[in-house]
Amino acid sequence: MPILLTTPVSEAAVRALKIGDAVEITGTLFTGRDAVHKYLAKGGQLPPGVDLRGGIIYHCGPVVIKDEAGRWKVVAAGPTTSAREEPYQGDILRRFGVRGVIGKGGMGAKTLAACREVGAVYLHAVGGAAQVLAEHVRNVRGVYFLEEFGSPEAIWEFEVERFPAVVTMDAHGHSLHEQVFAASQAALAARL
Amino acid sequence: MIALRDSLMELIRRTSAEIPDDVQAAILAALEHEQQGTIAADALQIIQRNIELAKRKSQPICQDTGSVLFYVDAPVGLDQLAFAEAARQAVREATRRGYLRQNSVDALTGKNDGTNLGPGAPTFHFHQHREPETRVRLILKGGGCENVGAQYSLPDEQLQADRDLAGCRKVILDAVLQAQGKGCGPGILGVCIGGDRATGYEFSKVQFLRRLEDRNPVPALDALEQDILKTANELGIGPMGFGGKTTLLGVKIGTLNRVPASYFVSVSYMCWAYRRQGVELDAEGRITRWLY
Repeated sequence: MPILLTTPVSEAAVRALKIGDAVEITGTLFTGRDAVHKYLAKGGQLPPGVDLRGGIIYHCGPVVIKDEAGRWKVVAAGPTTSAREEPYQGDILRRFGVRGVIGKGGMGAKTLAACREVGAVYLHAVGGAAQVLAEHVRNVRGVYFLEEFGSPEAIWEFEVERFPAVVTMDAHGHSLHEQVFAASQAALAARL
Repeated sequence: MIALRDSLMELIRRTSAEIPDDVQAAILAALEHEQQGTIAADALQIIQRNIELAKRKSQPICQDTGSVLFYVDAPVGLDQLAFAEAARQAVREATRRGYLRQNSVDALTGKNDGTNLGPGAPTFHFHQHREPETRVRLILKGGGCENVGAQYSLPDEQLQADRDLAGCRKVILDAVLQAQGKGCGPGILGVCIGGDRATGYEFSKVQFLRRLEDRNPVPALDALEQDILKTANELGIGPMGFGGKTTLLGVKIGTLNRVPASYFVSVSYMCWAYRRQGVELDAEGRITRWLY
């Protein structure tokens, strides 16, 4: 059964997770991808209204349109490749008190070290599953940096319910990605 | 012109929202094969639900609606300029309707004007043929899988890959290893042996127009395709790189002549959200047949 996480997430709840755990998240997710990470890492400030303490960043560039009544509607919202944020992620976890990052493909040694240090986890959502994941977004509470960065790169504030993901990097220095890479490398060497 | 634009808009909608039958069959087979109760099987179940949901809601399978690549087989005399203009109008309208994400960015300024139009966007490949019909194939290729593509120049000393099929096998499997789950596996490889740096990658993508279940008519390439597929699925990378039995759903390999000095192997990776469709059009631009 999946482990239920509610934002804001406590350090204890995060430290209890281990790689391979399936989780479901209820609460708030803030999207942020390349432009946001670069901006924050270069000393940029979060816009008023965005508080990441105990929060979860979602590496996602959603398709969001306005319906007839002028309300935002999430049409598709799957994860984007996280590796591109590797230069920035560790510093952002430390500086803003973030407890989790959702993305796809995993991240590297710097992020893994930061997860261990501050008590944070990397959560892998199913890449490409934009429709299933959009169904878990109940509401769009706001959007920030829409003009500056464009729609896919903006910070979208999503209210989510039972959003599914898998812990692939935990707060104890373990990475499922490192383990699978090492095992598959050995399997390949035996077949060359 | 209006009929053509509307046909191309329907092609874009269907390509973005509906997985082709051959890919659907391969994903269902993978779901049967993967051990139930694992995170790999859970991932495939989410993928299958996603495919069904996208089709029912007529919304993008994946939010990265990708590079928009048109492959057009055109009868002699087709006005390619008018065709391209109709296609650009279709892309603009499909974006407004949310079939495509606002996905095209000025490489210099970083500006996204929200139209999906600009230099190279969309991309057209026109080929003339001596038949009366126009056939249009469309691939929407996302950035995540595009980023894990790789091009090797043989011999590759580090991988001990010589200029022969055994060397090709080594570098192609290296591409699978390096990609892990980052390209949204289980994936499909399109490979070109030969060509130059540009035509090699280009022809590797043309392989994605083949049906998944087809067999390569060249025996040596067919054997290599089957071997890579089998070996990759023994590596334990699995869906999303979670570990598991399904790493690849297919491998397609083509060749182009090379110059004696160059020996490139170009590998393109397509994610499970394999968006590829095609239509045959009559002289007025109306759809007469779907190609996949």
